[in-house]
Amino acid sequence: MQHFAPPFALEIVGLVKHFDRPAVDGLNLNVRAGEFYALLGPNGAGKTTTLRMIAGLLRPDAGTIRVAGVDALADPVAAKRLMAWISDEPMIYDKLTPREYLEFVAGLWGLAPALAEPRAQELLGWLELAPHAQERCEGFSKGMRQKVALAGALIHEPRLIILDEPLTGLDAGSARQVKNVLRQRARAGGTVIMTTHILDVAERMADRIGVIARGKLIAEGTLEELRLKARIRETSGASAGANDRASLEDTFLALVAEAAETA
Amino acid sequence: MIAAPGTSLWFAQHEWRLAWRDWLAMMSGGRRKRLRRAVIAVSIFVIFMHFVAYLVVGRYANTAPDKAALVAITGSALLSWLLMISQAMESTTRAFYARSDLDLILASPVAAEKVFAVRIVTVALSMAMMALPLAAPFIDILIARGGWRWLGAYGLVAAMGAAATALAVGLSVALFRVIGARRTRFVAQVVAAVIGAAFVIGLQIAAILSYGTISRISMLQSQILLAHMPDTGSIVWWPARAALGDGMALIGVLAVSMASLAATIAIVAPRFGGYAITAAGVDASSVVQVRASTTFRATSPRRALRTKEWTLLRRDPWLVSQTLMQMLYLLPPAVLLWRSFNDGNGAYQLLVPVLVMAAGQLAGGLAWLAISGEDSPDLVASAPVPSGFIVRAKIEAVLGVIAMVFAPLVAALAVASPWHALVTTVGIVIAAIAATSIQLWFRTQAKRSQFRRRQVSSRLATFAEAFSSIGWAATAAVAAASLTLAIAPALLALLVVAGTWLMSPRPQPHAV
Repeated sequence: MQHFAPPFALEIVGLVKHFDRPAVDGLNLNVRAGEFYALLGPNGAGKTTTLRMIAGLLRPDAGTIRVAGVDALADPVAAKRLMAWISDEPMIYDKLTPREYLEFVAGLWGLAPALAEPRAQELLGWLELAPHAQERCEGFSKGMRQKVALAGALIHEPRLIILDEPLTGLDAGSARQVKNVLRQRARAGGTVIMTTHILDVAERMADRIGVIARGKLIAEGTLEELRLKARIRETSGASAGANDRASLEDTFLALVAEAAETA
Repeated sequence: MIAAPGTSLWFAQHEWRLAWRDWLAMMSGGRRKRLRRAVIAVSIFVIFMHFVAYLVVGRYANTAPDKAALVAITGSALLSWLLMISQAMESTTRAFYARSDLDLILASPVAAEKVFAVRIVTVALSMAMMALPLAAPFIDILIARGGWRWLGAYGLVAAMGAAATALAVGLSVALFRVIGARRTRFVAQVVAAVIGAAFVIGLQIAAILSYGTISRISMLQSQILLAHMPDTGSIVWWPARAALGDGMALIGVLAVSMASLAATIAIVAPRFGGYAITAAGVDASSVVQVRASTTFRATSPRRALRTKEWTLLRRDPWLVSQTLMQMLYLLPPAVLLWRSFNDGNGAYQLLVPVLVMAAGQLAGGLAWLAISGEDSPDLVASAPVPSGFIVRAKIEAVLGVIAMVFAPLVAALAVASPWHALVTTVGIVIAAIAATSIQLWFRTQAKRSQFRRRQVSSRLATFAEAFSSIGWAATAAVAAASLTLAIAPALLALLVVAGTWLMSPRPQPHAV
């Protein structure tokens, strides 16, 4: 029997969330399976709120979210089984060791020990946590804690990994390790959706980039496509050559400024 | 008036502003409407406490300063003073270890000892202020019925706050120097709890051994105790005399306590910065190895959650000390049980409410840790299990600990009186479920390390938890004698729980 994977790992239609003001305002977003997608936007644009709604940590006011074809609002448990969520503040327990933490996460996701244990060993090795596997996390640096959280997120081999500013506060070495693991995951067919303020990371790692402002997706595409959309020549008066070489930072700022003018 | 920056007065204004805003936030939760409600609730509480005070001390307002009165006042003051020392030790330890603004202060060019001197004075003031809501109604009633001489009692409260702070700071610093920064945090908390409980427990055990009752009042009023006490002219009675309006005694008590506080500030404040810096290095340098388990164990999500809660609790000696310290109060009933075994005097009736009350209080603390003190709420919420399932697993973890702690006592009781054991078991289960439910309705998101502050995060939940435990304890006590008569206290306890549910914040539609 032949299985057909759904074309999109994540489909969002008309997503709305209001707090005191609209945080996410009719957002539509599609991310393909195996894609590394970076979500950019200024502070307060609605990135974290969007990701928290996808991860099932926040209930949307309206809209639909489908994860690998599963309706995440109608069947959140099934959707959560396919996902992993990592925030900028590592979600680990100080009094557990990395190994115990992975055992706990494997238990939460209902993973068989025969499957979970070798995977845990592998992840601890990849992330260079093996020498610290039996130490309690309370003495760990931010980078080590984030790596433990990442190992926890990957132990059940999620089809969709959602990361909110995962590189914040990490040193160069830890950041590289995290990036390598994420890249490997995407190459192996997993889908990664990540917010970051480090535009260089988005530029180097992402297959596609989405720019969000005032709760709406204002632009989306590869870096080249975004450069075209930004129309830097018109907005800044730069030369055509400069436009061709415009960095993601220039492009991002131009897009956000344009969105602010339009609003 | 705004004091010149960097002066002690300026720091005092800063501390006062922070304390005032903290208090306002605690009372109102940041909402003006709730502040109005809190003011009404506090007013009702004050009126109620005056009524209680009238019933308890009204007839003693014109008492003569004889030995019986001096013993009773000294005993009550000593009890309060020990509790103040306990609280002051906690505040001092927190000042060493809580970073909050210490890095900013120590990195600034101002003389840090001024800040620490102000903070020690603040601790002393807060000790006196904390005692006032409970002490003031009693003093007011005594003034109203016995005359202005009782005003001296307010002076005694201030003196007790100053002396308790001086002693607590001295004890904490001594611990810091003798056993080091790493162990002081834990040991100081245990010492503080033991000091706070020691007097009550000591009196209860003495009363049990002497009279076969758990009442400490009977011990304070006993002829044997009075016979062994010094003469009424002794300096020991100065604090009691001060409360009774003896001007010289009041001046003496105030002078000694204020001088001890001033001396403590002069000695400790210049060194406080050094202690804080040493304490800051403790967490960073700690590496705790855990014995390797050979393989991952097969487990369900529910079991994984339960095991996680138990492991976290077991591995945190500070939390264990905080939660199980309530078990110190089980010592007197345990002694009573042991004594009743020998005498067969039927004192089991007294054990039932004590055990039920302790179970309710312990369950409340554990439930807060499991529900509100979840250090990784997003991880648990993003797991592929329904949210109700997570809550159930956490409740099971709480009830598991309650069962483990109380099973030996109930089993011992069952040997002596199966009926009392049955009533106690039912009471423990109901009190624990009620306390856990209250914590569930008032759940917040907090760090486990904020456990000590859980009581200030929701006063309503704290009072509801206490009244619910008292209600179920009373119900169990009456039920042990007559099931029919127990209907009335059971209805009252149910009313407390139902009222709390009605007043609890409605759950927000957060996690899916």
